Amino acid sequence: MNSPKDYDDIPGTYVYDSRRGREGYALNMFCMSLNKSENRSLFKADPGAYLDRYKLSPEQRRAVLERDWLGMLKVGGNIYYTIKIAFCDGLTFQDVAGMMSGVPKETYVNMMLAGGRSIDGNRHKSRPPEAES
Amino acid sequence: MAKIVAGIACSHVPAIGAAMDKGTTDTPYWQPLFAGYEPARDWLAKLAPDVAIIVYNDHASALSLEIIPTFMIGVAGEFPIADEGFGPRPVPVVQGHPELAWHLAESLILDEFDMTIANEMPVDHGLTVPLSVTCGQPAAWPFPVIPICVNVVQYPPPTGARCFKLGQAISRAVASFDQDLRVVIYGTGGMSHQLQGERAGLINRRFDTEFLDGLTRDPIGLTKIPHTEYMREAGSEGVELVMWHVMRGALHERVSEVYRHYHVPASNTAAALMILDNEVTT
Repeated sequence: MNSPKDYDDIPGTYVYDSRRGREGYALNMFCMSLNKSENRSLFKADPGAYLDRYKLSPEQRRAVLERDWLGMLKVGGNIYYTIKIAFCDGLTFQDVAGMMSGVPKETYVNMMLAGGRSIDGNRHKSRPPEAES
Repeated sequence: MAKIVAGIACSHVPAIGAAMDKGTTDTPYWQPLFAGYEPARDWLAKLAPDVAIIVYNDHASALSLEIIPTFMIGVAGEFPIADEGFGPRPVPVVQGHPELAWHLAESLILDEFDMTIANEMPVDHGLTVPLSVTCGQPAAWPFPVIPICVNVVQYPPPTGARCFKLGQAISRAVASFDQDLRVVIYGTGGMSHQLQGERAGLINRRFDTEFLDGLTRDPIGLTKIPHTEYMREAGSEGVELVMWHVMRGALHERVSEVYRHYHVPASNTAAALMILDNEVTT
């Protein structure tokens, strides 16, 4: 179950498979609770106390409290779930995508307007970009 | 006898729904996308189907990780609009078609597709954005809807080939329904997009174009694309395109493409809308 997968070679991509599903269940179920407006209010009012209801690892807890969007993915977060924290903060998918890819918001928006991130050079971790056609 | 008269492929980007809900569709950013929706709306209004089957995925709205059905069908009389974390979209409640939905559920299960049956489920942007895209902003949706929900959130989603076969089974089930209903089927999600990780924002116009071409030229060939190829070439969330195979499998072997619109970007996504006529064979 923990053997390497062919998709592990896709750069900058965290496939929500069984490995992440096992690690991230509590983190994502906390995010799921934010579908209810009363829970959003409680989380916003006292994030630490709200998180105490869920069995998060210290690293998961840190990532949530610090809004480390990429860090959440690395400890089992699923983007369709963690985005609900961003919605609480008034952020959009595009805001979070920019932060995960490590560029200023405007840079990311302009990249999308110019046709998005190119596939060329972004297919494999294991191959240098010039080896791709 | 009921029959499927058309297939519609439609991306379901939440920001597209938000632009309509906020009235910003005329801005320079959105205008080119929405202008391309108009001919499709006109075509669908003229077609005036009796019911729509909408194949989509739930995004942590009706379903969490607690229970993850691979294929689920909604048999309710109505489906409320989900709160996805920012309040429900201000769009009409979706009316169901319990009679046809139950017939589909029974037929599909006896045809060896082990559907999960949902008597209650809120529907999220995965279903409501394609309705908004193709129907505009009416006070009530113009036809009842049967939601068919496919897991694409927890890896692995069903294969493209399996989705296509489900579509074929849906076609048989519709054909055996004893009322004269004209049915459209939507495949939603896609096209290329990646919402997560350092590679977020990936778009692959070439992959998308070949996929759109393949829907009429070689639909069976398209079903052989493995998940890793979708994720690598069309982005991790591009794997949603498996849902289009359900729609395509429900149509005849030969169909005619009557409309195509493709636009980048809609937020992080390459948005497409395609109409396949199932009544004109070429």
